[in-house]
Amino acid sequence: MSEIKKRKSLNPEGQSSGIVVNAVLLFLVIIWTIPTFGILVTSFRAKDNVFATGWWQALSDDSGFTLENYGQVLAGRDYKLKSDSNNNSSVKGDNMAGAFLNSISVTVPAVVIPILIAAFAAYGFAWLDFPGRKPLFILIVALLVVPLQISLIPVLRDYQKLKLNGTYLGIWLAHTGFGLPLATYLLFNYISTIPRSILESAFIDGASHFTTFIRLILPLSVPALASFAIFQFLWVWNDMLVALVFLSGAGAKMQVVTVRLLNLIGSRGQDWQLLTSGAFISMILPLTVFLALQKFFIRGLMAGSVKE
Amino acid sequence: MGDLYVPDKKGNTGQKIVTAVGRIIVSLFIPIVTFAVLWAGFIFLRDSGASQLIITVVAIIWGVGGVAALFILSNFTIQRLPVHWRKRFVPFLFVGPALIILGYYLFLPAIRSFYMSFMGKFSKDFVGLANYKYIFTDRTMRLAFLNNLEWLILGTSLSLIFGLLFALLSEKSRFEKLAKSLIFLPMAISFVGAGVIWKFIYAFRPAGEAQIGLLNALVTALGGSPVNWIVLRPWNTIFLIVILVWLQTGYAMVILSAAIKGVPVTLKEAARIDGASEWRIVFQIIIPSIKGSLVTVGTTILIVTLKVFDIVYAMTNGLFGTEVLASQQYKQMFKFLNYGRGSAIAIVILIAVIPVMWYNLKQFGKREVF
Repeated sequence: MSEIKKRKSLNPEGQSSGIVVNAVLLFLVIIWTIPTFGILVTSFRAKDNVFATGWWQALSDDSGFTLENYGQVLAGRDYKLKSDSNNNSSVKGDNMAGAFLNSISVTVPAVVIPILIAAFAAYGFAWLDFPGRKPLFILIVALLVVPLQISLIPVLRDYQKLKLNGTYLGIWLAHTGFGLPLATYLLFNYISTIPRSILESAFIDGASHFTTFIRLILPLSVPALASFAIFQFLWVWNDMLVALVFLSGAGAKMQVVTVRLLNLIGSRGQDWQLLTSGAFISMILPLTVFLALQKFFIRGLMAGSVKE
Repeated sequence: MGDLYVPDKKGNTGQKIVTAVGRIIVSLFIPIVTFAVLWAGFIFLRDSGASQLIITVVAIIWGVGGVAALFILSNFTIQRLPVHWRKRFVPFLFVGPALIILGYYLFLPAIRSFYMSFMGKFSKDFVGLANYKYIFTDRTMRLAFLNNLEWLILGTSLSLIFGLLFALLSEKSRFEKLAKSLIFLPMAISFVGAGVIWKFIYAFRPAGEAQIGLLNALVTALGGSPVNWIVLRPWNTIFLIVILVWLQTGYAMVILSAAIKGVPVTLKEAARIDGASEWRIVFQIIIPSIKGSLVTVGTTILIVTLKVFDIVYAMTNGLFGTEVLASQQYKQMFKFLNYGRGSAIAIVILIAVIPVMWYNLKQFGKREVF
């Protein structure tokens, strides 16, 4: 709707300024993308070339491109073994498929759980009255700054006692705890601006807070929920610290993508050119999620729900 | 509900008792079944040797469904309480889970840190304010404070400015989706990946050798001599801040862009009809309308800069005068194993953010609730 209106309202003057806008935008986008583009080119180069010349020269000289880095990351790295008879043989390491599925099992619930809990809390703080409402909200916002490093050791000790170490539930709850302050803060800022009149009309119709929240507030908050979902998804997907602490108890079976990538570069960091291709492989899913959710917050937020 | 309309007849009381008993059984039965199913799921995920694909599917259904089931169950239980109890419990249904989880994962550890910040290296003897005295007098710590201030001011303002610029420009452009996706791209790269990317920008080779770093290649192509950016004091901190801005602009852009979409079209149209220039519309209509979102984004990025650790850790590990508070905290805790000093730094970071929080919360007290 609003899209059509905007197009119509463009006057001839708007057309000429459109060229300027696109030119400036193009310039900035190129600057922003060059670092990533450089590493994309590098990921297709052989190890020796990477350290001999700059990536931009790969486009002009004849050093050529190779899929070697991707092969090593996707199919599992070659480990050279020396047997007794001095014959060299090579063995494939773990491939990425298992780590990918593991990362998905960790990430999806670790995104949905905090969003749901935070949305409930945001509604509670925005529209319900209860003793201690203000100090508790201040506390939650203040917890935004607590560096999560201080929680790792005490929580790990409790997990070991409760046998939660190396389980999905354990890492979901940890990610929920670390993501909740930001989630509650962002969703509160959104849910509290929903016009009072919308809620009032629901209560007049006899809806309970629970029904109002599920039927009215959640659907209205989709743009905010989608925005936060993306950030929490990226954070959990790219996290290494929390996964190393709470999942290493379960061994290679529970390795997530970032940890598997780190293992790829070898104990002395000798194969770190593999990270160039690894970075792109691990980026595929977050980027897909971004593109999929983009339409939710690109659409006008409250269009049509209230008359201004 | 239905029994309200049942006409008065004999046997009505008996019927009522049956309904009541039925209700109690249902009230107990549903929670028990829910917990049993959840427990079975937990055991399966922990101990099963099934294929990874099956485990992934079960984990997602169990995790996502579990939290929804627990909320529905709590609501189901609360609806069965007498009215005056119900009113008291409903707010707890909404904010309770968040408070419990936050209390355990962040609040208790924070309190524990506060306590440990007054204790010695091994948390056994009380040392009073000695750790704080160290923080405010040590030379490295003073450098960390100054650097962190630089991160806070430059990192936050540049991310906000570029985020707003991208949001405004892409709004007017036909290539909105493409531009946004490309600006957002850095956020999707894992930290390990981002470290590699920027090492290739700042890489340094002595003069005369082929430069593999983009920045030095540009400098030498223009006739200059190569610079070792990462060790160049005091500018190296700024080069690290550039990485943060590169990463955070996508975040600012997404949120601000959503807010800009929320500015009523009618408002902008009216201004255009009155002959206002695009600049005036931006500064006098759009920016005031999205002030709330600007504060939100500014606050979150500011907190990121206060906690900044990964970038410094990966690029310089705090060497060459790039130390910040969080990297010092990490070193004190995990390298020197000095829990007292590490905790004290965490508490100082917490205190530093109070003015921002105060500003954010000024509005909160004025809200009307139901």
